[in-house]
Amino acid sequence: MKRTLTLAFLALLLSLPLWMSSLYVLHILIMTGIFIIAAMSLNLLLGYTGQLSLGHVAFFGIGAYTSSLVSLGFDVHLLPDWRVALAPKPVWLGMLLGVLLAAGCGWVIGRIAFKVRGAYFVIVSVSFAEVVRLIALNWLELTQGPMALNNIPVLRLGIPDWFEFAFLRKPANYYLVLTVAILAYLLIQRLVHSRAGRAMVALRENEALAASVGIDVTRYLVLATFVSAGIAGAAGALYAHYVRIVDPEVFSFIYTVTMVIMVVTGGKGTLLGPIVGGLLFGLLPEILRAFGIPPEIQWVSYGVLMILVVSFLPAGIVPALAGWWQQRGDAAAQPAVAASSRPPQP
Amino acid sequence: MDQLLQHSLNALILGGTYALLGIGLTLIFGIMRVVNFTHGELYAFGAYMMYLWVMLAGINFYLALVLAVLLGVGLGALIELALLRRLRGADIDTTMLVMIGAWIALQNLEQFTWSGVAKSIRSPFPSAPLVLGPVSVSWNRLFVFAVASALIVATYALINRSKLGKAMRATFQDPETAALMGVDISRIHTATFALGSGLAAAAGALLGPVFVAYPTMGDLASLKAFAIVILGGLGSIPGATAGGFILAFMEELGAGYVSSGFRDGMGFMLIIAILLVKPTGLFARRERIG
Amino acid sequence: MSQPSAIELSLDRLTIRFGGLTAVDGLSFQVRQGEIASLIGPNGAGKTSAFNAITGYIAPAAGSVSWRGKRLDGLKPHQIAELGVVRTFQKTSVFAGLSVLDNVLIGLHLRSKQQPLAALLGRVAAEEAALATEAHGILQFIGLAARLGQLASSLPYGELRLLEVAIALAAKPKLLLLDEPVCGLNPAETASFMQLIDRIRALGMTILLVEHDMKMVMGVSDRIVCLNEGRVIAEGAPADIQKHPEVVRAYLGRPRT
Repeated sequence: MKRTLTLAFLALLLSLPLWMSSLYVLHILIMTGIFIIAAMSLNLLLGYTGQLSLGHVAFFGIGAYTSSLVSLGFDVHLLPDWRVALAPKPVWLGMLLGVLLAAGCGWVIGRIAFKVRGAYFVIVSVSFAEVVRLIALNWLELTQGPMALNNIPVLRLGIPDWFEFAFLRKPANYYLVLTVAILAYLLIQRLVHSRAGRAMVALRENEALAASVGIDVTRYLVLATFVSAGIAGAAGALYAHYVRIVDPEVFSFIYTVTMVIMVVTGGKGTLLGPIVGGLLFGLLPEILRAFGIPPEIQWVSYGVLMILVVSFLPAGIVPALAGWWQQRGDAAAQPAVAASSRPPQP
Repeated sequence: MDQLLQHSLNALILGGTYALLGIGLTLIFGIMRVVNFTHGELYAFGAYMMYLWVMLAGINFYLALVLAVLLGVGLGALIELALLRRLRGADIDTTMLVMIGAWIALQNLEQFTWSGVAKSIRSPFPSAPLVLGPVSVSWNRLFVFAVASALIVATYALINRSKLGKAMRATFQDPETAALMGVDISRIHTATFALGSGLAAAAGALLGPVFVAYPTMGDLASLKAFAIVILGGLGSIPGATAGGFILAFMEELGAGYVSSGFRDGMGFMLIIAILLVKPTGLFARRERIG
Repeated sequence: MSQPSAIELSLDRLTIRFGGLTAVDGLSFQVRQGEIASLIGPNGAGKTSAFNAITGYIAPAAGSVSWRGKRLDGLKPHQIAELGVVRTFQKTSVFAGLSVLDNVLIGLHLRSKQQPLAALLGRVAAEEAALATEAHGILQFIGLAARLGQLASSLPYGELRLLEVAIALAAKPKLLLLDEPVCGLNPAETASFMQLIDRIRALGMTILLVEHDMKMVMGVSDRIVCLNEGRVIAEGAPADIQKHPEVVRAYLGRPRT
């Protein structure tokens, strides 16, 4: 049952550009897809490992800026007589470096997270994102500050001068984002259903107990932030080469909040949660806008919605639906949590 | 040297309002263990209340100030009663998320009501500054410093000399024992949140006329308040006061001698640096939470 | 009883302080390989503090802890577990939001060398199946096989305490430290637990027990160490301890005439 639904859903997604004529709808889906990738990455850290990191947008932005700067090239003076310049490089290299740099920052944050726990870590993570935003805003020589990086090139795949495909049009970008989203999903799914994933969940559930059976807390915190940040960086890189303009607003706290809302209302610690949450909060603004509701009121409703979900459906929509489905006697529908709970086959 | 004196004077005045912000948050954070994301919104609320009563309703400036603070206290009590009371036993993540939701809702309500354009608020003070030898200070800012100092002293007196303050201190040290001794923890939580919110509103009401009121002014205020709490240690009023002045000094000196663009970044870098070295905060005597 | 040989665990003048309070004061005793030793004493005697220090959850102010000659103090809890020293907790400690099977699978963490990269490449199916089989076996040994798929938080109290032991056993300890394992269990459950201890001992493990239930302590222990106010006041076989005047005084507050 679950398999057929999944295949049907995938078929729908894959065929969409073929029958969806509205470019605007495609645009919405691309942006939603980018946010879903970012939300899935946050879910790994917040949902599975239980770390309330509110600086996640920093990794998204670092991925976006790194990829843009590498593909545009830059020329800065780190010190009055220390000049660092880079000629423009292919976009795929920029994206790769964006992912790696974001992951690297994730590694650093992971190491800090172990020293600074709980509520203090929330504050550190937010502060980190703010510092990065201020750097992007003020280091004009590198980032152009509020004037933004413009004309960011699109991704080209192929052999230069012979055959190259440019991801310029919306359908191409749609498939690119969809591919990355599926890859990210599979990556996270495999990770959480493995020994490392169990260790992360153990940290969330009972850290002292986890340590008592040999789980190295630091190691798995760092692994979680590393992978999570890298995937967020990938989302940022996709964003940069699709929208093709990147300014310091990409580090706004509001994007972290958007991701948090998506993960929490969808269902943190479940694989489908961020997807459901992402679709909901990616599409809801469009629906509300169609009814003429001003953006501020939209946000008020998101805030209220999050309060309601956290207060009354604390596990999120996906587990609530799954529980309801199960109560109707369908044993095949299980919430997608870490590790299988079916008895082993002999 | 003159510049240094001027910067120091500015920092002193700014520090007073920062201290108000910090004290309010350290009480809430310390006694209720709530990561209060709405703190900055109360600050903005205070400023907008001044705009409403002074500019739109034409009420006397000083009266408007009192009104703004009282309304801030009321709003704080409302938030606590409506949202936090139900979450008393919940884990810190859940509460944090609810606070984030409330913050989003509040800020956007404010944006919707007042629009994004910055609002300036007229103060009754002469615009020519008072010149004291090498330094000058505007009357407005002097007033701000005076009121902030008075409020800090009043809060300190409330916490250390009154019955309510005693109950609050007991709840901070050991909620379970306090409850056994007859302290109504729910009432204390409401009072704490209301008081802390009132102080934030006061800071906003005082600084609104000095600068301008705009919808996202609360964000920086929130983060700076957290920086101050971490600097000064959870639940410590002297610590938050000191933290407020230290942050103001760092901002003023940093903006004056390093780069004005990083003025606001000072607070965050301070937070990160301190927490890396001393994960429990600078003056903290208690175990870290979480 | 066979003569136990090598020293398994050795505490040497262990001292633990909390603020101004000295919880454990110059504690020294040894546990021999293969034996079941019990740590008893009135509340606040320092038993759980000693456990916490042995397993790396708190740092001692002075003194040392050695296991088979290797220093444990200064190591982190997970490193101590890697060596083969695993503990349970006084307060019920399981992974409440997960299934019973998942709880034990987490306990099996050290049993697997699975690397995250291998997982990402999808090469771990065989090992996952083997781990699941092993978890199944552990649950059968403990007697919780029927609860495999159930949420840990839905288990009755007695079975929760069994689950804790199952998780600890999954880590394949050579030295098992049990912190008040039968606290809150009824006499039937306690008797059943005593049999479990015997089965565990038969697997070759050394067990150090902290307990208040005297029947259990006297029934399973080879040796008993009695603490009071952070110091050893008596040490020996159960029969000796039962009659020891210091022990009686510690528990009752005055000597029995």
